[in-house]
Amino acid sequence: MANQKSAYERLQLIRHKERPNLKDYVPLIFDEFYEMHGDRLYGDDRAILGGIGVFEGQTVTVIGHLKGKNINENKKTNFGMPHPEGYRKALRLMKQAEKFHRPVICFIDTSGAFCGIEAEQRGQGEAIAKNLLEMSDLKVPVVSIVMGEGGSGGALALGVCDEFAMLSNAICSVISPRGFASILWKDPTREEEAANMMRITAQDLYKLGVCDAIIEEADGAAHKNVEGTAENIKRYLEDTLAKLETKSIDDLLRERYEKYRAIGMFEEM
Amino acid sequence: MNMLKDLLKNVKDKFYDDGQEIKISELKSQVDIPDDLWLKCPKCNATLVRDDVEKENMVCTKCGYHFRISAKERIDMIADTNTFIEYDKEMHSVNPIGFDGYEQKLRKQKSISGLNEAVVTGECTINSYPCAIGAMDSKFLMGSMGSVVGEKIARLFERAIEKRLPVIIFTASGGARMQEGIISLMQMAKTSAAVKKHSEAGLLYIAVPTDPTTGGVTASFASLGDIIISEPKTLIGFAGRRVIEGTIKQKLPEEFQSAEFLLEHGFVDMIVHRKAMKNVLAKLLRYHSEKEV
Repeated sequence: MANQKSAYERLQLIRHKERPNLKDYVPLIFDEFYEMHGDRLYGDDRAILGGIGVFEGQTVTVIGHLKGKNINENKKTNFGMPHPEGYRKALRLMKQAEKFHRPVICFIDTSGAFCGIEAEQRGQGEAIAKNLLEMSDLKVPVVSIVMGEGGSGGALALGVCDEFAMLSNAICSVISPRGFASILWKDPTREEEAANMMRITAQDLYKLGVCDAIIEEADGAAHKNVEGTAENIKRYLEDTLAKLETKSIDDLLRERYEKYRAIGMFEEM
Repeated sequence: MNMLKDLLKNVKDKFYDDGQEIKISELKSQVDIPDDLWLKCPKCNATLVRDDVEKENMVCTKCGYHFRISAKERIDMIADTNTFIEYDKEMHSVNPIGFDGYEQKLRKQKSISGLNEAVVTGECTINSYPCAIGAMDSKFLMGSMGSVVGEKIARLFERAIEKRLPVIIFTASGGARMQEGIISLMQMAKTSAAVKKHSEAGLLYIAVPTDPTTGGVTASFASLGDIIISEPKTLIGFAGRRVIEGTIKQKLPEEFQSAEFLLEHGFVDMIVHRKAMKNVLAKLLRYHSEKEV
């Protein structure tokens, strides 16, 4: 059974060299798609793919992390780890969607925002923070789906939404299992142990109330059946967009705020 | 500093007739000087008389280094005397992902820091101007943000909306609280959404990232102020220095991720010496005040 895989086994599946990336899914999910480039401030970050697409006859904005499948592709996409201009491109396209009243669909697949000198110089923290702030109040429906890795703030910067779904083998974590092991136990080789205790699978996040829906990967792993997995994503999006479109913008934004407001556990004495 | 030298000389004369060099640590063990009389500057290594440093708002009298200070010290320096009213003091962390040893860790942190959590929030006046205020404390689990920090920050903004108050937050944080897993990550969204609501109400938010402000706090409310003020030489960044050095395989210059570096790159409005901080904040509150004080 797919549900009995350990977090570490799922981690291996989403790192599989044939794991489909966003470029594989876009033509299977959308009838038409035009890519749009650049943040209009600094440059175009290929770690983020964004544009305008048509989903079941409806115009939508599509934004997601893009991982390469080989060294040449990864040179361009930086292994799906965006710089600030990637997040700012995403935000530009979201604000464009808001202006033209079309839903935003985000696909999350990153080990995290890039950690480097230039990323810091151009305000990686500010870029992510700004996305969180603006997405919390974006006046159109926003759906986010974690396709593989949902690593930390770099993932969340495309993940403040009305409905948060995950593919069945996807993980989402505050820090990579390797980073977790190296910081808390000073031993990065304990990655497997960390992965299995961090509660990072779609099933864990569903139980914790962070993930709203799990989309099954066809044949137990997306690389075994991309078409089937894309079909499942389409069905999910169809249902979810239809549900969100019935809500007024005021209700949508109130519910979005309350959804994040409610995440957290503490006691008051 | 002369006072310290004189003092040392006297003690030296008294106990060390042979005139050999003495270290403060030896001295203390010899003459039983209370620990809190002396301070060592972590930047220039000077040994300082605590009283002198305290008079300078915990700034090194030799090199100007701004010591890391507690949330309580921070609020005492900024709030008018006896005006601070604390919110949500008795909010405590639980163990949302069942992380082994987290409860014990929290107990220990509480006793070390004398705090219930890594942020203190409330309201006060600053030179008579009312505001909602928050101060994080790096002594409590490195000021990391878990459920309690997220909730207290969100409530601070919500109360400020109700009372039509500006918000000032002094951040100090290593980032998200890993022991709370994905729940801690989501506090970034929660706090940023609360900042947005407060902003939409037309109210002022001043973020004051203090040493050190990194990770998930930098990537949420610390970077979202209408005005962002910092202190000299403050460390502010998203990624940890060692992580970046590991990625690029070279040493980073010392000024990298300092407040001065951020100002240079356009991410901080002003750098204010700690002694001037209260008056600068009061002025900014005055410029945005809705009524005369």
